[in-house]
Amino acid sequence: MSREQHGYWVVLGTFLIAYVLATMPFPAWLHRARPEWLALVLIYWAIALPHRVGVYTGALLGIGLDVLEGVVLGQNALSLTVLSLISLFLYQRLRVFNLWQQCATVFIMIGINQILCQWVLALQGLGDRSLWFLLPAFTSALFWPVILHLLRGLRRAYQVN
Amino acid sequence: MSYIKCVFHYTGAKQVLSGANIKSLFFKESSVVLHALLIVVVVAILIGVDLRYNSLGGVRSVLDTMATPIYWIADLPGRIMEWGDEHTRSRGSLLQENEKLRRENLVLSGRSQRMAALRAENARLRALLNSAALLRSDVLVAELLGVSPDPALHQLVLNKGARQGVFLGQPLIDNDGLMGQIVRVSEFSSRALLLTDATHSTPVQINRNGVRAIAEGSGRLGLLEIRHVSATTDIEVGDLLVTSGLGGRFPIGYPVAIVNQVERDPGQAFATVTAQPSSSLDRSRHVLLVFTAEQPE
Repeated sequence: MSREQHGYWVVLGTFLIAYVLATMPFPAWLHRARPEWLALVLIYWAIALPHRVGVYTGALLGIGLDVLEGVVLGQNALSLTVLSLISLFLYQRLRVFNLWQQCATVFIMIGINQILCQWVLALQGLGDRSLWFLLPAFTSALFWPVILHLLRGLRRAYQVN
Repeated sequence: MSYIKCVFHYTGAKQVLSGANIKSLFFKESSVVLHALLIVVVVAILIGVDLRYNSLGGVRSVLDTMATPIYWIADLPGRIMEWGDEHTRSRGSLLQENEKLRRENLVLSGRSQRMAALRAENARLRALLNSAALLRSDVLVAELLGVSPDPALHQLVLNKGARQGVFLGQPLIDNDGLMGQIVRVSEFSSRALLLTDATHSTPVQINRNGVRAIAEGSGRLGLLEIRHVSATTDIEVGDLLVTSGLGGRFPIGYPVAIVNQVERDPGQAFATVTAQPSSSLDRSRHVLLVFTAEQPE
């Protein structure tokens, strides 16, 4: 049994780092372009370990992000649950996609994530009237190759499975 | 003996196969959708409870306390840079700054001498008018731990919490004026809502003539909207808006904003008035939390 759970702390560690990156102070002019680090890391692990990282992981991580961002409890939980569900549906295809196809898919997935967040913000009368809220989806897709190579390296080095 | 071992080995290998490899190849999609639906329902209820009833205060305060270390770590690089900056300054620039601060201090203490006399006079006059004495307010210096990563929210995370006596609704100022108020308190940190957040409104009055108004946040940094000012109201570009003290949340007399645009359209019942906050909302690293006499214990 212990063989199956190998390297769990690596997964946890990457999620913690994603949290730190998500709260890192950002220059004001880049504020709206901040990539969704946690969503990217979640997508990677859901593709790589679909039998371990699933909807419950997404929901719990989302609650954590809600607390960090100070938004309504459940906003990111909702969007990350849906995101992990989509990843679980697509993981077989995503594994065989080339990098460009993967980036495009990640753009759409994080775009859906952003739209769900906007819905919850709109319930409170907040949020954007323009389409600028999709900018993080674009920057996240740009960072996907980096995340992919880093996390794949980590997964192989520590034999996470 | 070796035969049994071999069987064990074989079944072990089979277990590994069925445990990890087979599972990852054939995933039960229908059960995942059910679980996801369950989560979405629970989360929707959570959102509803948090939005509608605002009754998760205690839970959130505990969660915020747990999240404080992450903010602290995220702030670490900035802190190290600042430390490095302070410790690698040349003697010349330190002397220069020292000289500048000394001069500033002299000017300020000169001004405060006059303040003491004025305050005494003010107290005497108020006593003559039988109005309540204005109580001195104490301040607590707090440092910024972070800003809300969500651009839709104008919130700050401060490094002082319930342990240091921070309370809900406490006004937050910097050296130029009012910044906002505390909206969530945890054990070692607190969260402040800025004046410019779309959900924040500040009762103000024009310093020149005492006309009262409400300054609403616009969701954009550096812009407040003064709503429902009738077209005939005496308000001009350059007017200083100060807190009016109405509503009992903010103490009276702190500078809030300076009017930077007044548009009077004869066809409209109200003038369009915008103002720029006096405090540097996106620059201050050290802020002051004000304790007034009416603070709830």
